[in-house]
Amino acid sequence: MSEHAHPSRALYLVIFAALIVGTCLTWGIAFKDLGIWNPVVALTIAVIKATLVILYFMHVRYSNKLTIVTVCAGFFWLLILISLSLSDYLSRSWSLQ
Amino acid sequence: MSNNQTTTSAHHPAHVHQFDSMEQQNEVASFGMWVFLLTEIMMFGGLFAAYLIYRIKFYPAFVAGSTSISVAWGFANTLVLIGSSWTMAMGVWAAQQGKRKAQVWFILATMVLGAAFLGVKAKEYYDKYEECHIPGHIIGKEFNAWGGCKVGDPSMGNIAEEIRDAKHHGDPSIPENSAIETAKQTQIFFSFYFAMTGLHATHMLIGLGVLTWLLFRAKRGEFGPEYYSPVENVGLYWHFVDIVWIFLFPLLYLISRHQHHG
Repeated sequence: MSEHAHPSRALYLVIFAALIVGTCLTWGIAFKDLGIWNPVVALTIAVIKATLVILYFMHVRYSNKLTIVTVCAGFFWLLILISLSLSDYLSRSWSLQ
Repeated sequence: MSNNQTTTSAHHPAHVHQFDSMEQQNEVASFGMWVFLLTEIMMFGGLFAAYLIYRIKFYPAFVAGSTSISVAWGFANTLVLIGSSWTMAMGVWAAQQGKRKAQVWFILATMVLGAAFLGVKAKEYYDKYEECHIPGHIIGKEFNAWGGCKVGDPSMGNIAEEIRDAKHHGDPSIPENSAIETAKQTQIFFSFYFAMTGLHATHMLIGLGVLTWLLFRAKRGEFGPEYYSPVENVGLYWHFVDIVWIFLFPLLYLISRHQHHG
């Protein structure tokens, strides 16, 4: 049986620490008024945290191509759902001049 | 003990006959788990999309509702859940390394942290019940954005006051004479709050059930370097539930926080 490369104990700790730092960061920034950028910053940090979990805790970085394509397809479809729905609702109030 | 782990791959007791090797069997199992998780992404994705659309439509009400939930508990719970994801990842690692005792301890730690998360969630729900912030009529309490439901403690959950303050501070997003309408519309926010965190908590409960099953199998020494798919797949599920919370926390608790008046 061929041996898959897997994260070491130290790497798991580094990812764990990064997730904690990200959580503290998003919590601290939430109280600063950045105008329209508050949701953008919060969601960017959330995407980075989720990516770390997927790549390292869920081993996608060490998985075969089939798994990687499957995971990407899932999030791509989610993006279609959210971006197409929101582009409709956000643009409804625009007038055509 | 785990003498079954020392036998050759071809004769591993967990090896099902339709697979050429244990490696192929493990890969199929994790692929199947990912396909299941895609359906989960779609289920939660629908809720997230609906939440964003309604947030745009009833923006002042969503700000008022969102700033009434406890960001400190939400933050603490995020740390707890991330901790449980780490112990889960270490549980998988211990199974791969054939460390039987360590995997049992890590699975147990994951369960303790998961239960702690649910305990905090229950406390948050109870606070919302006390403040009459549960939409509709629940157990004799009618939804009340004015916080008049808990007599003697006017500081709790006074959303309507908050909206009036916001208007007073010149928040242009609240139209004239609509503070009462806005206060009523916070029910929409709370409906999403309970639906989304409720579905998430249901997943946590199921996760705790599956972890219990895993704990007994790990204790019996069934998992080792050649066969650890069940640990790996429960891990995938647990991390997925963690990821859902990673998005729920900013969307429900954080992104309106800077507009908190008074």
